[in-house]
Amino acid sequence: MEAKVITITSGKGGVGKTTATANIATALAMAGNTVVALDADIGLRNLDVMMGLENRIVYDLVDVVEKRCRLRQALIRDKRFPNLFLLPAAQTRDKSAVQPADLIRVCEELRPEVNFILIDSPAGIEHGFHTALAPADEVLVITTPEVAAVRDADRVIGLIEAQEKGPVKLIINRIKPEMVAKGDMLTVEDVLEILAVDLVGIVPEDTSIIVSANKGVPVVLDHSSPSGQAFKNIASRLLGKEVPFMELKGRENILDRLSKLFRFQ
Amino acid sequence: MNLFGRIRRRKMTSREIAKERLRLVLVQDRFKVPSKFLEDVKEAMLLSVDRYLEVDREGVEINLNRKDKYHVLVASIPIKGIKRKAG
Repeated sequence: MEAKVITITSGKGGVGKTTATANIATALAMAGNTVVALDADIGLRNLDVMMGLENRIVYDLVDVVEKRCRLRQALIRDKRFPNLFLLPAAQTRDKSAVQPADLIRVCEELRPEVNFILIDSPAGIEHGFHTALAPADEVLVITTPEVAAVRDADRVIGLIEAQEKGPVKLIINRIKPEMVAKGDMLTVEDVLEILAVDLVGIVPEDTSIIVSANKGVPVVLDHSSPSGQAFKNIASRLLGKEVPFMELKGRENILDRLSKLFRFQ
Repeated sequence: MNLFGRIRRRKMTSREIAKERLRLVLVQDRFKVPSKFLEDVKEAMLLSVDRYLEVDREGVEINLNRKDKYHVLVASIPIKGIKRKAG
């Protein structure tokens, strides 16, 4: 095995990096791959709670880097999938505790053992972002269809390309089809036109994300959830499968279609 | 820019406003230039095109788009007619 290292980043905080990392990692594991989800957000770890593994942490990434434990001891096996592991961030330290060379070394040690390493990057464009980027073979940038998020995505895409880590793949998260239909939200096409990068996924706004975060169960395990399906589609695309992008229709469109169907007009 | 003029002319949706604001702010971010930079480029281009063509100035659109590692200046200049003058 020779793992592919994929870093998930965004620039702006709160657009769904950690949720995306937990869900794509779980979906890749569901498809039979051995996966490590690595939390590079030192000091503000959250991947553990998203995956429902917060009570099992003994050692963390900083313990590994500072050689207080072996890498294997810090890996936490997922509750449901024996081929999914979490490497948690330290909560009591800051971003400078892990250097880019440290993360490259950790990933090199993991590479022969697993299929995928997914790195959850901290927000921002400072030290922690550069560390999370250092071992990446591929970078996913996640944004929402809002001016501030797209602006920050543009900034990180520029930085990623300058470091020869491109081409970036884009996830557009939290699309509200009803607002798009009303002309009150940037469309997928608008965002792609502005950022000029390849799309790897579109994820609809979905209340089941909040429920899943409450429970610490990734939404890909909820088979009725549209966002869960969207994350599974992203995992399939990362595995090289061609999956059509979800059609996100607003309510107005459905009514339009119904009225056409029954020839009301 | 003529953002607010446009809102008055034809009511823009908030999506269109967002897109236009993003385009402008990204030019500033990417090139570290003042916000009127594109407006200046537009005026300079129109000045040279004006000698040969009758231009619909209201419909002119100038954008800087990212393409791979480079940026491309894309100008859309609606033409009303051709100026035929001696010399």
